[in-house]
This record gives sequence, C-alpha cells and structure tokens, in this order.
Amino acid sequence: MCDQTFVAVTFGPCDSCSKASPLMNIYIKNEPINYCSFCVEMMACQGLQKGETLASLKRECDNLKKKLEEERGKLNDVELHQVAEKTEVLGALSVKTRRVLKGHGNKVLCMDWCKDRRRLVSSSQDGKVIVWDAFTLNKEHGITLPCTWVMACAYAPSGCAVACGGLDNKCSVVPLSLDKTENLAAKKKSVAMHTNYVSGCTFTNSDMQLLTCSGDGTCALWDVESGQLLQSFHGHTADVLSLDLAPSETGNTFVSGGCDKKANVWDMRSGQNIQSFESHESDINCVKYYPSGDAFASASDDATCRFYDLRADREVAVYQKDSIIFGASTVDFSLSGRLLFAGYNDYTINAWDVLKGTRVSVLFGHENRISRVRVSPDGTALCSASWDNTLRIWA
Amino acid sequence: MARDMSDKEILKMELEQLKKEVNTPRTPVSANCADTITFVEGMLPNDPLIKGVPDDKNPYKGDKGGCIIT
Repeated sequence: MCDQTFVAVTFGPCDSCSKASPLMNIYIKNEPINYCSFCVEMMACQGLQKGETLASLKRECDNLKKKLEEERGKLNDVELHQVAEKTEVLGALSVKTRRVLKGHGNKVLCMDWCKDRRRLVSSSQDGKVIVWDAFTLNKEHGITLPCTWVMACAYAPSGCAVACGGLDNKCSVVPLSLDKTENLAAKKKSVAMHTNYVSGCTFTNSDMQLLTCSGDGTCALWDVESGQLLQSFHGHTADVLSLDLAPSETGNTFVSGGCDKKANVWDMRSGQNIQSFESHESDINCVKYYPSGDAFASASDDATCRFYDLRADREVAVYQKDSIIFGASTVDFSLSGRLLFAGYNDYTINAWDVLKGTRVSVLFGHENRISRVRVSPDGTALCSASWDNTLRIWA
Repeated sequence: MARDMSDKEILKMELEQLKKEVNTPRTPVSANCADTITFVEGMLPNDPLIKGVPDDKNPYKGDKGGCIIT
C-alpha cells in the first residue's frame, strides 16, 4: 500500500503506535489527534463495519431513493395542470409599481411585512436595518448593525421587535421603541449563535421564539428571552438558504431549502425531518408554504420554481420557460394561492398561475437582481427588495 | 454540522432518513390537486392582487400624501 505524500508539520512519537515519524495532525470530533500516516489508515478502515465501504453505503442509498421514487410514482395518477383544465383562465394582472422605497446605501437583501399590513422592515449589505411605513414612505426606525451583509430580517408578530442576522453568525432581536431619541442598536440582544452566516430567520407564532437557518447546514429554534437553544435540526448536507413556517395557528412544522438541492419538512417539537424532496437541479434559494399549509413552493438557481404537495409527498408542478435562464431567488404566493410571484436574477418578477403552470405576467422595474418578494398579510400589495438599493411596492 | 462530517457519516445520515421516508403515508395526487383547486377557487374572490381593489380603498393608488402649501 502506497503511503500518500503529505506536508508534515510535526515530527514525533505517534499517539497510537509510539514510533517516531512525521505526524498527520487531524481532528476527530473536535479533538486533535497526532497519528502517523499508517495509523490513520488503520483507523479509517476500522471506522467502517465489516463489509461496509463507502461504495456499499452509496449503493444502498441509491436503491432506497429508487424505491422511494417508485412509491411516490404509484400515486402520480395525474398532473396538477390537467386537473386544473376546467379552471377559468386568469385575466392580465393590473399590478404596477406604486411606491419606490429609497434610502438604503447598498443592496437590499431581505424584507418582511408587519402583521399590521403597513409597516415593513428591510435589511441591506451596508449593515442597516430600516423599518418603513409603506403607505407614507416614512422611515420609522433605522438600526445600524456592526456587521455587513444582513441577510435575514423578520418582523415580530406583535410588531414590537425585529430580528436580523447575517455574516456575524448571529441573529439578534431589537425591540422597537416609539421614543425617537433612543438608540435602538444599544438594546439589541443576540439570540441565535451559529457557526456560519445566518441566511434566514422568522419568529414563530409568538415573539418568544425565533427560528433560524444558517450556512452551517442546520436550522435552530431559540428562546428569545434567555437565548437558549430549544431544538436543532440536522439533516441538510450543505448551507441552508431559506426557511418558512407552516401557516396554521397551531403550526409546528416548517420547511427549509439549501445548497444540497433538498427541501426538508421538519417537526419543530421533535427535531425530526418528516419529509424530504430532491428534484431541483441546483441550490434552492427560497421556500414558501402554500396558504393552505398542504403544499409549498421553492425557487432555485436552476431557473425553475417547483410546487410540492405534502400529502402526496411529491412535486406536482414545475414553473419554467426556455426563455428564463437566470436563477430564481425568491417566491411568494398571493392571498388565494392562485398566483406565485418569483423574483429572478435577470431583474424581473414573474407571476405564475399556480394551477395551470403558465406565466401570467412579468413585472419590470428593478435595475438589479431581486433578492426578496413578499405579499402583504392582507394580500393587497407585493413588496420586492433588490440589489439596486431600493424596494418597490406593487399593487 | 455537515461540514465536519465525513462522507461516510453523511451517507449514513441520508440512509437513515430514506428508510424512514419510504414508509410515509401518501395520498393520490388527483385527490390533493382537487383539494388545492377547491381551496383556491374559494379564496379567489377575495384576492386583491387578482380581483383588484377600487381606487378609493387601495392605500397605494391614491396620492402619495403630498403636502399642501398655503
């Protein structure tokens, strides 16, 4: 067996065989181990059980995946757009830009509506988080964070706080005060700690719990008051880019999508991955639950958006066009669930008919890629955030 | 975290997950699609982005609230 050549930083007695030789400094479960290369080989072989090699595990995995496809395929008796043939065709959308929110100094990365249907919070690459009144274009609060690239922001259900996080690997909650002279950044409280950037965050049904997802491949549920980790969700094998909470009052599931092309549905109480879907061909940038809670949509770098039904446990529609070659970065449904708004990297927002699978309208206006689209809680308006430093309200 | 796991551990994790998933209860697509369509049709008349909102009720369509100079 040929020994591989490696750059040896240390030379000394091996931890396991005690012979003096060049040592490989490796870490096993965060503990440093100094073995000579022969002992490393021995240990790697022993790590696998009898007959279990990487290849055999992969084979078993592939077999199970095929079996899963078969099981799912048995129930695929019809396509969504076929069932929807009798549905009335939608007329053209009369949606136009009604407001342009200017004020950020750099790319706007995320935004969220408040439940009062008029306020929204947005965060940007320059480290600023701004709370706007969408009707009057008034900037109500501005918070400067010490880190740049604030990739996630969320409004608390009560409207009294916002959460934001990004490259600082943390998600912090800032209580909003009506007192204009108060320095909001000073009352910022770090709640979530990840080992890599925070890509998405959302409050659960109350102000007390925060759900975050991160570039370290995990999602986590935190208690806001104490900062304690209540539950962590492992299962993604790459960065998790987005998450969304199920819409019901008693909702205790959420869906997450990541760079491993998988979208996973999790049970919040047990931490278990209940269902998983892998049909995209590239990173999933955004996931969003359907208003009924029985389905969700995902947007991906492969330029498609897909619609998955949770009870049938499979993908039931793909929204794509040959002329769309840029990745989709964000999706949201209209109030009734008939329209799917998707923001793309070619600076446009496409409105798709969810049931028929056709494109209803294209919204032009932004001058750089769309980072987030969100329909307001009462469905009257759509807000889009873009790398052109502005947000637009369409109604 | 996924980055710290060896390929073998990642595959083992995936295998465990797949074993659980093969046994999930599923219902036929046609039934679920019919449900989805009924849901949408029910909510469609109230969807402001599709049906439109009369100008006087829509907070965005009016004046941006300019100021009156006297």
